[in-house]
Amino acid sequence: MMKNGVAVADLGVVRGGVEVLRGLTFEVGPGEVTGLLGPSGCGKSTLMRAIVGVQRITRGSVTIFGEAAGARALRHRIGYVTQAPSVYDDLTVAENLTFFAAVLGGPRTRIDDCLALVDLGAQRDRVVGRLSGGQRSRVSLAVALLGEPELVVLDEPTVGLDPVLRRDLWETFHRLAEAGAAVFVSSHVMDEATRCDRLLLMREGRIIADSSPDELLEKTGAADVETAFLSLVEES
Amino acid sequence: MSLRITLAVAARVLTQLRRDHRTLAMLLVLPCLVIALLWWMFTDLPGRGFDALAPALLALIPFIVMFLVTSVTTLRERTSGTLERLLAMPLGKGDFLLGYALAFGLVAAAQSALAVTVATVFLDLSLEGPVWMLLVVAVLDAILGSALGLFVSAFARTEFQAVQFMPALVFPQILLCGLFVDRDLLPSFLDGVSRALPLTYAVDAMSSVADHAHPSIAADLLVIVAFTAAALVLGALTLRRQTD
Ligand SMILES: Nc1ncnc2c1ncn2[C@@H]1O[C@H](COP(=O)(O)OP(=O)(O)O)[C@@H](O)[C@H]1O
Ligand SMILES: [Mg+2]
Repeated sequence: MMKNGVAVADLGVVRGGVEVLRGLTFEVGPGEVTGLLGPSGCGKSTLMRAIVGVQRITRGSVTIFGEAAGARALRHRIGYVTQAPSVYDDLTVAENLTFFAAVLGGPRTRIDDCLALVDLGAQRDRVVGRLSGGQRSRVSLAVALLGEPELVVLDEPTVGLDPVLRRDLWETFHRLAEAGAAVFVSSHVMDEATRCDRLLLMREGRIIADSSPDELLEKTGAADVETAFLSLVEES
Repeated sequence: MSLRITLAVAARVLTQLRRDHRTLAMLLVLPCLVIALLWWMFTDLPGRGFDALAPALLALIPFIVMFLVTSVTTLRERTSGTLERLLAMPLGKGDFLLGYALAFGLVAAAQSALAVTVATVFLDLSLEGPVWMLLVVAVLDAILGSALGLFVSAFARTEFQAVQFMPALVFPQILLCGLFVDRDLLPSFLDGVSRALPLTYAVDAMSSVADHAHPSIAADLLVIVAFTAAALVLGALTLRRQTD
Protein backbone atom coordinates (compact mmCIF):
# COMPACT_ATOMS: atom_id res chain seq x y z
CA MET A 1 0.00 0.00 0.00
CA MET A 2 1.33 3.41 -0.97
CA LYS A 3 1.65 5.84 1.92
CA ASN A 4 2.49 8.81 -0.29
CA GLY A 5 0.52 8.10 -3.42
CA VAL A 6 -2.74 6.74 -4.73
CA ALA A 7 -3.71 3.07 -4.58
CA VAL A 8 -6.77 1.91 -6.49
CA ALA A 9 -7.94 -1.66 -5.99
CA ASP A 10 -10.68 -3.43 -7.95
CA LEU A 11 -12.52 -0.14 -8.39
CA GLY A 12 -16.00 -0.39 -9.87
CA VAL A 13 -18.43 2.45 -10.56
CA VAL A 14 -21.96 2.26 -11.91
CA ARG A 15 -23.45 5.48 -13.32
CA GLY A 16 -27.00 5.68 -14.56
CA GLY A 17 -27.27 1.88 -14.50
CA VAL A 18 -24.18 1.41 -16.66
CA GLU A 19 -20.94 -0.08 -15.38
CA VAL A 20 -18.55 2.76 -16.21
CA LEU A 21 -15.47 1.51 -14.33
CA ARG A 22 -14.97 -2.24 -14.33
CA GLY A 23 -12.54 -3.33 -11.68
CA LEU A 24 -9.46 -1.09 -11.95
CA THR A 25 -6.29 -1.76 -10.00
CA PHE A 26 -3.24 0.52 -10.22
CA GLU A 27 -1.10 2.95 -8.27
CA VAL A 28 -0.02 6.52 -8.81
CA GLY A 29 3.29 7.36 -7.23
CA PRO A 30 4.68 10.68 -5.97
CA GLY A 31 7.34 12.54 -7.87
CA GLU A 32 6.11 11.61 -11.31
CA VAL A 33 3.57 12.61 -13.92
CA THR A 34 1.15 9.78 -14.59
CA GLY A 35 -0.94 10.10 -17.72
CA LEU A 36 -4.39 8.59 -18.09
CA LEU A 37 -5.09 8.21 -21.79
CA GLY A 38 -8.14 6.89 -23.49
CA PRO A 39 -10.88 7.82 -25.92
CA SER A 40 -13.77 10.06 -24.95
CA GLY A 41 -16.33 8.24 -22.83
CA CYS A 42 -13.98 5.50 -21.58
CA GLY A 43 -14.34 6.67 -17.96
CA LYS A 44 -11.39 8.99 -17.36
CA SER A 45 -13.40 11.72 -15.68
CA THR A 46 -15.29 9.19 -13.57
CA LEU A 47 -12.01 7.68 -12.39
CA MET A 48 -10.62 11.09 -11.49
CA ARG A 49 -13.78 11.92 -9.58
CA ALA A 50 -13.43 8.68 -7.65
CA ILE A 51 -9.84 9.54 -6.71
CA VAL A 52 -10.78 13.03 -5.57
CA GLY A 53 -13.59 11.50 -3.55
CA VAL A 54 -16.63 13.13 -5.17
CA GLN A 55 -17.78 10.01 -7.03
CA ARG A 56 -19.79 7.35 -5.21
CA ILE A 57 -18.13 4.04 -5.90
CA THR A 58 -19.84 0.67 -6.27
CA ARG A 59 -17.01 -1.67 -5.30
CA GLY A 60 -13.31 -1.78 -4.55
CA SER A 61 -11.30 0.92 -2.84
CA VAL A 62 -9.42 4.12 -3.51
CA THR A 63 -6.75 4.97 -0.97
CA ILE A 64 -4.81 8.24 -0.96
CA PHE A 65 -1.87 8.81 1.37
CA GLY A 66 -3.18 5.86 3.35
CA GLU A 67 -6.70 7.25 3.77
CA ALA A 68 -9.95 6.42 1.98
CA ALA A 69 -10.70 8.84 -0.86
CA GLY A 70 -12.95 11.66 0.28
CA ALA A 71 -11.64 11.62 3.87
CA ARG A 72 -11.74 15.00 5.55
CA ALA A 73 -7.99 15.04 6.18
CA LEU A 74 -7.36 14.79 2.43
CA ARG A 75 -9.23 17.95 1.48
CA HIS A 76 -6.17 20.13 2.12
CA ARG A 77 -3.85 17.87 0.20
CA ILE A 78 -5.52 17.38 -3.19
CA GLY A 79 -5.79 19.83 -6.07
CA TYR A 80 -8.46 18.92 -8.60
CA VAL A 81 -9.17 20.50 -11.96
CA THR A 82 -12.45 19.36 -13.48
CA GLN A 83 -12.77 18.96 -17.24
CA ALA A 84 -15.01 22.04 -17.55
CA PRO A 85 -13.38 25.01 -15.76
CA SER A 86 -15.01 25.36 -12.37
CA VAL A 87 -14.48 28.99 -11.49
CA TYR A 88 -16.81 31.96 -11.16
CA ASP A 89 -17.31 33.55 -14.57
CA ASP A 90 -18.58 36.81 -13.11
CA LEU A 91 -15.52 37.42 -10.94
CA THR A 92 -12.06 38.55 -12.00
CA VAL A 93 -9.14 36.15 -12.06
CA ALA A 94 -7.74 37.66 -8.86
CA GLU A 95 -11.13 37.60 -7.11
CA ASN A 96 -11.55 33.92 -7.90
CA LEU A 97 -8.14 33.08 -6.51
CA THR A 98 -8.61 35.29 -3.46
CA PHE A 99 -11.85 33.52 -2.63
CA PHE A 100 -10.52 30.00 -2.99
CA ALA A 101 -7.34 30.97 -1.11
CA ALA A 102 -9.53 32.17 1.76
CA VAL A 103 -11.38 28.83 1.77
CA LEU A 104 -8.08 26.96 1.84
CA GLY A 105 -6.59 29.33 4.40
CA GLY A 106 -3.21 29.63 2.68
CA PRO A 107 -1.02 32.72 2.46
CA ARG A 108 -2.08 35.41 0.00
CA THR A 109 1.34 35.52 -1.63
CA ARG A 110 0.49 32.12 -3.05
CA ILE A 111 -2.01 33.79 -5.41
CA ASP A 112 0.70 35.56 -7.40
CA ASP A 113 2.83 32.42 -7.48
CA CYS A 114 -0.06 30.43 -8.95
CA LEU A 115 -0.88 33.12 -11.50
CA ALA A 116 2.74 33.04 -12.62
CA LEU A 117 2.67 29.23 -12.84
CA VAL A 118 -0.18 29.36 -15.36
CA ASP A 119 1.06 32.55 -17.01
CA LEU A 120 -1.99 34.67 -16.24
CA GLY A 121 -0.33 37.55 -14.41
CA ALA A 122 -1.36 40.04 -17.09
CA GLN A 123 -5.02 38.94 -16.88
CA ARG A 124 -5.41 39.13 -13.12
CA ASP A 125 -8.01 41.90 -13.17
CA ARG A 126 -10.02 40.60 -16.12
CA VAL A 127 -13.45 39.06 -15.56
CA VAL A 128 -13.14 35.31 -16.15
CA GLY A 129 -16.24 35.11 -18.35
CA ARG A 130 -14.53 37.34 -20.91
CA LEU A 131 -11.37 35.25 -21.18
CA SER A 132 -10.71 32.66 -23.86
CA GLY A 133 -11.46 29.00 -23.17
CA GLY A 134 -7.81 28.20 -22.64
CA GLN A 135 -7.34 31.10 -20.25
CA ARG A 136 -10.40 30.06 -18.24
CA SER A 137 -9.10 26.53 -17.84
CA ARG A 138 -5.80 27.96 -16.65
CA VAL A 139 -7.64 29.98 -13.99
CA SER A 140 -9.19 26.70 -12.88
CA LEU A 141 -5.74 25.14 -12.81
CA ALA A 142 -4.34 28.04 -10.77
CA VAL A 143 -7.08 27.51 -8.19
CA ALA A 144 -6.15 23.84 -7.90
CA LEU A 145 -2.52 24.74 -7.24
CA LEU A 146 -3.30 27.29 -4.50
CA GLY A 147 -3.06 24.84 -1.63
CA GLU A 148 0.30 23.42 -2.77
CA PRO A 149 -1.33 20.00 -3.10
CA GLU A 150 0.60 16.76 -2.74
CA LEU A 151 -1.73 15.12 -5.23
CA VAL A 152 -2.72 17.06 -8.35
CA VAL A 153 -5.57 15.57 -10.41
CA LEU A 154 -6.03 17.26 -13.79
CA ASP A 155 -8.87 16.27 -16.10
CA GLU A 156 -7.88 17.11 -19.69
CA PRO A 157 -6.16 20.37 -18.73
CA THR A 158 -4.52 20.94 -22.11
CA VAL A 159 -7.52 20.51 -24.43
CA GLY A 160 -7.84 23.34 -26.93
CA LEU A 161 -4.65 25.13 -25.86
CA ASP A 162 -2.09 26.36 -28.32
CA PRO A 163 1.01 24.15 -28.63
CA VAL A 164 3.39 26.59 -26.95
CA LEU A 165 1.14 26.91 -23.94
CA ARG A 166 0.61 23.17 -23.85
CA ARG A 167 4.32 22.57 -23.71
CA ASP A 168 4.66 25.16 -20.92
CA LEU A 169 1.89 23.52 -18.92
CA TRP A 170 3.48 20.09 -19.22
CA GLU A 171 6.68 21.66 -17.95
CA THR A 172 4.71 23.02 -15.01
CA PHE A 173 3.31 19.55 -14.30
CA HIS A 174 6.82 18.11 -14.28
CA ARG A 175 8.03 20.86 -11.97
CA LEU A 176 5.21 20.00 -9.55
CA ALA A 177 6.23 16.34 -9.72
CA GLU A 178 9.88 17.21 -9.16
CA ALA A 179 8.82 19.09 -6.06
CA GLY A 180 7.39 15.78 -4.81
CA ALA A 181 3.74 15.85 -5.83
CA ALA A 182 1.90 12.98 -7.45
CA VAL A 183 0.54 14.40 -10.70
CA PHE A 184 -2.28 12.55 -12.44
CA VAL A 185 -3.27 13.99 -15.83
CA SER A 186 -5.88 12.73 -18.27
CA SER A 187 -6.08 13.31 -21.99
CA HIS A 188 -7.87 11.82 -24.98
CA VAL A 189 -5.04 13.01 -27.25
CA MET A 190 -2.60 10.12 -27.58
CA ASP A 191 0.25 12.47 -28.62
CA GLU A 192 0.45 13.73 -25.08
CA ALA A 193 1.47 10.28 -23.85
CA THR A 194 5.15 10.92 -24.56
CA ARG A 195 5.13 13.79 -22.09
CA CYS A 196 4.28 11.49 -19.18
CA ASP A 197 6.65 9.55 -16.95
CA ARG A 198 4.12 6.79 -16.71
CA LEU A 199 1.09 5.83 -18.76
CA LEU A 200 -2.23 4.24 -18.02
CA LEU A 201 -4.16 3.41 -21.17
CA MET A 202 -7.86 3.06 -20.63
CA ARG A 203 -10.66 1.70 -22.75
CA GLU A 204 -14.30 0.99 -21.93
CA GLY A 205 -13.79 1.23 -18.19
CA ARG A 206 -10.68 -0.95 -18.03
CA ILE A 207 -6.95 -0.27 -17.84
CA ILE A 208 -5.37 -1.97 -20.85
CA ALA A 209 -1.77 -0.87 -20.27
CA ASP A 210 0.25 0.40 -17.31
CA SER A 211 3.88 1.22 -18.09
CA SER A 212 6.29 3.93 -19.14
CA PRO A 213 5.86 5.29 -22.70
CA ASP A 214 9.10 3.63 -23.83
CA GLU A 215 8.18 0.26 -22.34
CA LEU A 216 4.81 0.44 -24.03
CA LEU A 217 6.33 1.07 -27.46
CA GLU A 218 8.92 -1.62 -26.90
CA LYS A 219 6.37 -4.20 -25.78
CA THR A 220 3.96 -3.56 -28.66
CA GLY A 221 6.62 -2.82 -31.26
CA ALA A 222 4.61 0.23 -32.29
CA ALA A 223 6.04 3.50 -33.54
CA ASP A 224 3.70 5.70 -31.51
CA VAL A 225 1.23 5.42 -28.66
CA GLU A 226 -1.80 5.59 -30.93
CA THR A 227 -0.64 2.51 -32.83
CA ALA A 228 0.27 0.82 -29.56
CA PHE A 229 -3.24 1.46 -28.30
CA LEU A 230 -4.74 -0.06 -31.46
CA SER A 231 -2.57 -3.16 -31.25
CA LEU A 232 -3.50 -3.65 -27.59
CA VAL A 233 -7.19 -3.38 -28.48
CA GLU A 234 -6.83 -5.89 -31.28
CA GLU A 235 -4.92 -8.28 -29.04
CA SER A 236 -7.69 -8.45 -26.46
CA MET B 1 -17.44 25.33 10.40
CA SER B 2 -15.18 28.35 10.24
CA LEU B 3 -15.92 32.04 10.46
CA ARG B 4 -13.17 32.80 7.93
CA ILE B 5 -14.76 30.59 5.29
CA THR B 6 -18.31 31.76 6.02
CA LEU B 7 -17.24 35.38 5.59
CA ALA B 8 -15.29 34.52 2.43
CA VAL B 9 -18.42 32.93 0.91
CA ALA B 10 -20.54 35.94 1.86
CA ALA B 11 -18.01 38.41 0.49
CA ARG B 12 -17.70 36.45 -2.73
CA VAL B 13 -21.49 36.33 -3.25
CA LEU B 14 -21.70 40.09 -2.65
CA THR B 15 -18.87 40.74 -5.12
CA GLN B 16 -20.68 38.69 -7.76
CA LEU B 17 -23.81 40.71 -7.13
CA ARG B 18 -21.90 43.98 -7.34
CA ARG B 19 -20.56 42.94 -10.74
CA ASP B 20 -24.08 42.39 -11.99
CA HIS B 21 -25.34 45.97 -12.19
CA ARG B 22 -28.72 45.10 -13.62
CA THR B 23 -29.56 42.58 -10.96
CA LEU B 24 -28.38 44.97 -8.28
CA ALA B 25 -30.55 47.75 -9.68
CA MET B 26 -33.54 45.40 -9.82
CA LEU B 27 -32.91 44.28 -6.26
CA LEU B 28 -32.81 47.80 -4.87
CA VAL B 29 -35.05 49.86 -7.12
CA LEU B 30 -37.81 47.49 -8.14
CA PRO B 31 -39.33 47.07 -4.64
CA CYS B 32 -39.54 50.87 -4.32
CA LEU B 33 -41.29 51.14 -7.68
CA VAL B 34 -43.79 48.43 -6.78
CA ILE B 35 -44.61 50.14 -3.49
CA ALA B 36 -45.02 53.46 -5.34
CA LEU B 37 -47.30 51.81 -7.87
CA LEU B 38 -49.46 50.42 -5.07
CA TRP B 39 -49.70 53.87 -3.50
CA TRP B 40 -50.62 55.43 -6.85
CA MET B 41 -53.43 52.90 -7.40
CA PHE B 42 -55.14 54.00 -4.19
CA THR B 43 -54.56 57.78 -4.44
CA ASP B 44 -58.09 58.54 -5.70
CA LEU B 45 -59.85 56.02 -3.49
CA PRO B 46 -61.34 56.60 -0.05
CA GLY B 47 -60.32 54.35 2.86
CA ARG B 48 -56.84 53.15 3.72
CA GLY B 49 -56.15 50.55 1.03
CA PHE B 50 -52.48 51.46 0.74
CA ASP B 51 -51.93 51.26 4.50
CA ALA B 52 -53.57 47.85 4.57
CA LEU B 53 -51.69 46.33 1.66
CA ALA B 54 -48.23 47.91 1.79
CA PRO B 55 -47.01 45.99 4.87
CA ALA B 56 -47.92 42.69 3.18
CA LEU B 57 -46.03 43.75 0.09
CA LEU B 58 -43.00 44.65 2.20
CA ALA B 59 -43.11 41.08 3.51
CA LEU B 60 -43.60 39.41 0.14
CA ILE B 61 -40.97 41.22 -1.89
CA PRO B 62 -37.82 40.20 0.00
CA PHE B 63 -39.00 36.61 0.15
CA ILE B 64 -39.75 36.37 -3.57
CA VAL B 65 -36.67 38.24 -4.73
CA MET B 66 -34.20 36.37 -2.53
CA PHE B 67 -35.84 33.06 -3.40
CA LEU B 68 -35.26 33.74 -7.09
CA VAL B 69 -31.76 35.14 -6.76
CA THR B 70 -30.56 32.34 -4.50
CA SER B 71 -32.09 29.51 -6.47
CA VAL B 72 -30.45 30.72 -9.67
CA THR B 73 -27.09 31.51 -8.03
CA THR B 74 -26.82 28.16 -6.26
CA LEU B 75 -28.02 26.31 -9.35
CA ARG B 76 -25.11 27.94 -11.15
CA GLU B 77 -22.77 26.73 -8.41
CA ARG B 78 -24.12 23.22 -8.85
CA THR B 79 -23.89 23.15 -12.65
CA SER B 80 -20.62 25.05 -13.10
CA GLY B 81 -18.73 22.64 -10.86
CA THR B 82 -17.75 25.31 -8.34
CA LEU B 83 -19.87 23.65 -5.66
CA GLU B 84 -18.20 20.31 -6.30
CA ARG B 85 -14.83 21.99 -6.11
CA LEU B 86 -15.71 23.72 -2.84
CA LEU B 87 -17.01 20.52 -1.30
CA ALA B 88 -13.74 18.79 -2.21
CA MET B 89 -11.97 21.58 -0.28
CA PRO B 90 -12.03 22.08 3.47
CA LEU B 91 -15.37 23.91 3.34
CA GLY B 92 -18.15 22.98 5.77
CA LYS B 93 -21.68 22.80 4.41
CA GLY B 94 -22.66 25.22 7.15
CA ASP B 95 -20.07 27.72 5.91
CA PHE B 96 -21.64 27.62 2.49
CA LEU B 97 -25.23 27.94 3.74
CA LEU B 98 -24.52 30.65 6.30
CA GLY B 99 -22.32 32.55 3.86
CA TYR B 100 -25.24 32.75 1.46
CA ALA B 101 -27.70 33.61 4.23
CA LEU B 102 -25.40 36.38 5.46
CA ALA B 103 -24.89 37.89 2.00
CA PHE B 104 -28.54 37.86 1.02
CA GLY B 105 -29.62 38.93 4.49
CA LEU B 106 -27.46 42.04 4.07
CA VAL B 107 -28.86 42.74 0.61
CA ALA B 108 -32.37 42.28 1.98
CA ALA B 109 -31.63 44.75 4.77
CA ALA B 110 -30.53 47.36 2.21
CA GLN B 111 -33.44 46.55 -0.06
CA SER B 112 -36.03 46.77 2.69
CA ALA B 113 -34.48 49.89 4.20
CA LEU B 114 -34.95 51.62 0.86
CA ALA B 115 -38.48 50.33 0.32
CA VAL B 116 -39.54 51.17 3.88
CA THR B 117 -38.04 54.65 3.58
CA VAL B 118 -39.92 55.27 0.36
CA ALA B 119 -43.14 53.96 1.89
CA THR B 120 -42.96 55.86 5.18
CA VAL B 121 -41.20 59.11 4.20
CA PHE B 122 -42.50 59.78 0.70
CA LEU B 123 -45.74 57.86 0.52
CA ASP B 124 -47.06 58.51 4.02
CA LEU B 125 -47.50 54.91 5.02
CA SER B 126 -49.01 55.19 8.47
CA LEU B 127 -46.99 53.03 10.76
CA GLU B 128 -47.90 52.63 14.43
CA GLY B 129 -44.98 50.38 15.44
CA PRO B 130 -41.24 51.00 15.13
CA VAL B 131 -39.63 50.98 11.68
CA TRP B 132 -36.76 48.71 12.75
CA MET B 133 -39.24 45.92 13.38
CA LEU B 134 -40.34 46.06 9.75
CA LEU B 135 -36.70 45.65 8.78
CA VAL B 136 -36.19 42.70 11.09
CA VAL B 137 -39.19 40.93 9.58
CA ALA B 138 -38.00 41.73 6.06
CA VAL B 139 -34.49 40.40 6.69
CA LEU B 140 -35.72 37.15 8.29
CA ASP B 141 -38.14 36.80 5.45
CA ALA B 142 -35.38 37.24 2.90
CA ILE B 143 -33.20 34.65 4.61
CA LEU B 144 -36.15 32.25 4.56
CA GLY B 145 -36.52 32.90 0.82
CA SER B 146 -32.78 32.28 0.33
CA ALA B 147 -32.87 29.04 2.30
CA LEU B 148 -35.82 27.71 0.32
CA GLY B 149 -34.28 28.84 -2.98
CA LEU B 150 -31.09 27.02 -2.14
CA PHE B 151 -33.03 23.87 -1.32
CA VAL B 152 -35.17 23.81 -4.48
CA SER B 153 -32.15 24.51 -6.71
CA ALA B 154 -31.23 20.86 -6.08
CA PHE B 155 -34.32 19.81 -8.03
CA ALA B 156 -33.76 21.99 -11.08
CA ARG B 157 -31.44 21.22 -13.93
CA THR B 158 -31.69 24.56 -15.70
CA GLU B 159 -32.18 28.13 -14.57
CA PHE B 160 -35.47 28.08 -16.44
CA GLN B 161 -36.70 25.23 -14.25
CA ALA B 162 -35.41 26.91 -11.10
CA VAL B 163 -37.41 30.03 -11.83
CA GLN B 164 -40.57 27.93 -12.29
CA PHE B 165 -40.48 26.93 -8.63
CA MET B 166 -41.23 30.51 -7.65
CA PRO B 167 -44.91 30.64 -8.74
CA ALA B 168 -45.48 27.11 -7.45
CA LEU B 169 -44.16 27.98 -4.03
CA VAL B 170 -45.15 31.61 -3.75
CA PHE B 171 -48.55 32.08 -5.41
CA PRO B 172 -50.49 29.80 -3.05
CA GLN B 173 -48.87 31.62 -0.13
CA ILE B 174 -49.81 35.04 -1.52
CA LEU B 175 -53.41 33.90 -2.03
CA LEU B 176 -53.75 32.37 1.42
CA CYS B 177 -51.78 34.82 3.58
CA GLY B 178 -54.82 36.96 4.35
CA LEU B 179 -54.20 39.60 1.72
CA PHE B 180 -57.20 38.76 -0.46
CA VAL B 181 -59.57 37.14 1.98
CA ASP B 182 -59.30 37.58 5.72
CA ARG B 183 -57.94 34.33 7.10
CA ASP B 184 -60.87 34.11 9.56
CA LEU B 185 -63.24 34.05 6.60
CA LEU B 186 -61.45 31.29 4.68
CA PRO B 187 -62.96 27.79 4.60
CA SER B 188 -61.53 26.09 7.67
CA PHE B 189 -59.40 23.70 5.61
CA LEU B 190 -57.72 26.57 3.75
CA ASP B 191 -57.28 28.43 7.01
CA GLY B 192 -55.44 25.36 8.24
CA VAL B 193 -53.27 25.34 5.14
CA SER B 194 -52.46 29.02 5.53
CA ARG B 195 -51.29 28.33 9.10
CA ALA B 196 -48.79 25.84 7.71
CA LEU B 197 -47.25 28.38 5.31
CA PRO B 198 -44.42 30.67 6.44
CA LEU B 199 -45.43 33.78 4.49
CA THR B 200 -48.66 33.92 6.48
CA TYR B 201 -46.58 34.68 9.56
CA ALA B 202 -44.41 37.21 7.77
CA VAL B 203 -47.45 39.13 6.53
CA ASP B 204 -49.02 38.83 9.96
CA ALA B 205 -45.91 40.29 11.62
CA MET B 206 -45.70 43.17 9.13
CA SER B 207 -49.38 44.03 9.64
CA SER B 208 -48.93 43.96 13.44
CA VAL B 209 -46.08 46.46 13.19
CA ALA B 210 -48.18 48.68 10.96
CA ASP B 211 -51.25 48.57 13.24
CA HIS B 212 -49.89 48.48 16.79
CA ALA B 213 -47.66 50.89 18.67
CA HIS B 214 -46.24 47.99 20.68
CA PRO B 215 -46.62 45.01 18.38
CA SER B 216 -45.91 41.52 19.67
CA ILE B 217 -44.35 39.73 16.76
CA ALA B 218 -42.06 37.34 18.62
CA ALA B 219 -44.28 34.32 17.94
CA ASP B 220 -44.46 35.13 14.22
CA LEU B 221 -40.71 35.61 14.02
CA LEU B 222 -40.13 32.34 15.83
CA VAL B 223 -42.21 30.50 13.24
CA ILE B 224 -40.28 32.15 10.39
CA VAL B 225 -36.97 31.25 12.01
CA ALA B 226 -38.15 27.66 12.50
CA PHE B 227 -39.11 27.38 8.83
CA THR B 228 -35.74 28.87 7.88
CA ALA B 229 -33.87 26.38 10.05
CA ALA B 230 -35.83 23.52 8.50
CA ALA B 231 -35.11 24.81 4.98
CA LEU B 232 -31.41 25.14 5.80
CA VAL B 233 -31.28 21.57 7.10
CA LEU B 234 -33.02 20.36 3.94
CA GLY B 235 -30.63 22.52 1.90
CA ALA B 236 -27.63 20.98 3.67
CA LEU B 237 -28.94 17.53 2.74
CA THR B 238 -28.79 18.52 -0.93
CA LEU B 239 -25.11 19.53 -0.68
CA ARG B 240 -23.57 16.13 -1.31
CA ARG B 241 -19.84 15.67 -1.21
CA GLN B 242 -20.26 12.45 -3.18
CA THR B 243 -22.59 12.03 -6.13
CA ASP B 244 -23.41 9.23 -8.56
N1 LIG C 1 -23.68 11.99 -14.61
C1 LIG C 1 -23.67 10.83 -15.30
N2 LIG C 1 -24.69 9.95 -15.17
C2 LIG C 1 -24.68 8.79 -15.85
N3 LIG C 1 -23.71 8.42 -16.68
C3 LIG C 1 -22.67 9.24 -16.86
C4 LIG C 1 -22.60 10.50 -16.18
N4 LIG C 1 -21.45 11.10 -16.55
C5 LIG C 1 -20.85 10.28 -17.43
N5 LIG C 1 -21.56 9.16 -17.61
C6 LIG C 1 -21.19 8.03 -18.49
O1 LIG C 1 -20.03 7.44 -17.98
C7 LIG C 1 -19.16 7.06 -19.04
C8 LIG C 1 -17.78 7.61 -18.80
O2 LIG C 1 -17.84 9.00 -18.82
P1 LIG C 1 -16.58 9.88 -18.45
O3 LIG C 1 -16.01 9.38 -17.18
O4 LIG C 1 -17.00 11.28 -18.51
O5 LIG C 1 -15.59 9.54 -19.67
P2 LIG C 1 -14.36 10.37 -20.25
O6 LIG C 1 -13.96 11.37 -19.23
O7 LIG C 1 -13.31 9.34 -20.49
O8 LIG C 1 -14.80 10.99 -21.52
C9 LIG C 1 -19.80 7.54 -20.34
O9 LIG C 1 -20.39 6.44 -20.97
C10 LIG C 1 -20.85 8.52 -19.88
O10 LIG C 1 -21.96 8.46 -20.72
MG1 LIG D 1 -13.87 13.36 -19.38
